[in-house]
Amino acid sequence: MLPSKVLPLSEAVQRFVPDGAAVALGLSLETAIPFAFGHEAIRQNKRHLTLIGPISDILFDQLIGAGCVDRVRAAWVGNVITGIGYNYQRAVESSSIVVEHHSNFTISLALKAASMGITFLPSLTALGSDIASENPSITTMSCPFTRKRLSAVAAIRPDVAVVQVQRSDISGNAHVWGCLGITREACMAAERVLLLAEEIVSSDTIFRDPNRVLIPGFRVSAVAHVPWGAYPSPMPGYYNRDHEEFLRYKNCSKRPEDFEVWLRSDVHDVPDRDSYMRKCIGEKRMQALAIHHHSIAEGVDYGY
Amino acid sequence: MAIDGSYTRAQLMVAAAAREIADHEVIFVGMRLPLLGFLLAKSLHAPNAIGIYELGIVRETVSPEPILTMGDLPNLYRSAWLADTFDAMCLLQQGFVSASFIGGAQVDRYGNLNTTRTFDTAGRMAALPGSGGACDLACLARRHIIVMSHERRRFVERVDYITSPGWGEGGSWRNDVGLPRGGPSTVITTLGVLRFDAETREMVLASVHPGVRVEDVAAQTGWNLKVSSDLTETPAPTAEEIDLLRRFDPKGYWTGK
Repeated sequence: MLPSKVLPLSEAVQRFVPDGAAVALGLSLETAIPFAFGHEAIRQNKRHLTLIGPISDILFDQLIGAGCVDRVRAAWVGNVITGIGYNYQRAVESSSIVVEHHSNFTISLALKAASMGITFLPSLTALGSDIASENPSITTMSCPFTRKRLSAVAAIRPDVAVVQVQRSDISGNAHVWGCLGITREACMAAERVLLLAEEIVSSDTIFRDPNRVLIPGFRVSAVAHVPWGAYPSPMPGYYNRDHEEFLRYKNCSKRPEDFEVWLRSDVHDVPDRDSYMRKCIGEKRMQALAIHHHSIAEGVDYGY
Repeated sequence: MAIDGSYTRAQLMVAAAAREIADHEVIFVGMRLPLLGFLLAKSLHAPNAIGIYELGIVRETVSPEPILTMGDLPNLYRSAWLADTFDAMCLLQQGFVSASFIGGAQVDRYGNLNTTRTFDTAGRMAALPGSGGACDLACLARRHIIVMSHERRRFVERVDYITSPGWGEGGSWRNDVGLPRGGPSTVITTLGVLRFDAETREMVLASVHPGVRVEDVAAQTGWNLKVSSDLTETPAPTAEEIDLLRRFDPKGYWTGK
């Protein structure tokens, strides 16, 4: 039996996310965003982080507003259903963060290159754009075989990838399903992988369906058991998106003084995700967001 | 609103977007109004259209419940493929996407789009969210359709930053920079529909929405806008289209009431 990698989230963040770390998160774009992780990083007053991601919903904005971030390497930072991320906007306009602009494809390519253990990948995207002309991680090259023009995207190797998964065993063998965005590339590319799991299950449950495993457990550093860890983003199989919370956040982040109030009430004044869900969100809302229309797939035969 | 108040400007824009989709086409569906445009086309004249979403979703059917954004779980329910962003982008890069839809904050006469940062006349910078997948869609789809608000501060002579390349500087620019195909075909705005000259690649006003005059459009455009010799009026949305849109957007979050 392999030793358990299960840790309380606070301890996992302490051990695996030092100040200055390059953290990949929000990797499924709109679903499974590890909000519980972000809020714990804010509570621990993490500083000088680099955030890596594709389209990132409001969690990037929250970490930036809390002063945790020096640098962003991402395709989009904002609030998906309302647009502008106000903390991000203020930070960019006051030059308190440095942004390396990507597209969803170039950030995928950067992580894919690192996941392959190579230094860059060629592509046809971003040619003629200012993303390519301005970002030092993107340049152009001539194809060694056809001589045609290509863009070249440098590898990005995160120090840690943080992912909310549906279920994991105690060794970090985890099942994920839904649309995964750039989760696989980021986990393969990252030095360390930190999982937040809706449920901790037996290894037998995992190994009976190995096609669904995100990444071999030996590549995972820690697993934290955090039900509702992705709330208010949706978690396939567990809960729906809470649109109201994204609308509320828009109003709570428009002015810095209101954001300070939000930070206190929704992050600093709650010790962990469990009390946040009970105190700030409540049973009634959780019930309303739960999956009501189930759709269970056929089993498959892995036998011999 | 329409002159008689029977539909909203956003509903008209979504209906116009839907008409850009032909049956059997593979559509890379963008955020906001295009999300609804795809559902509308699929329910009417393009039942066999296929939708690709950058989260890594391929759909052959309309989602069973209204969605506000593409990551809402009904949009994953009984989809045709749940995969990775990389997979969706590789389909795009290979040339399998007939058309994509993109919104923009700022556009110029060659359809170059900026969603990264703008500067006002005093030189103050406004930071915007960035590309998302828009740059990829503009580079790699066989054509793309822009949907945005028509205001003078947004329709500028030259964009401050090219997030998503259009026709560049016109003519053969796309080919010259190495882009494999595509380019913007249509711009659907709050005032009209614009297309691009086949040679110069400059934007040309093709239709004005009901109640909008050509001079209204010109006044909201930051360059000397060319007008098509066979300028038409954008068709108003039909009763059937409005009914469907009320079903897809029951609270009027995107299209108003």
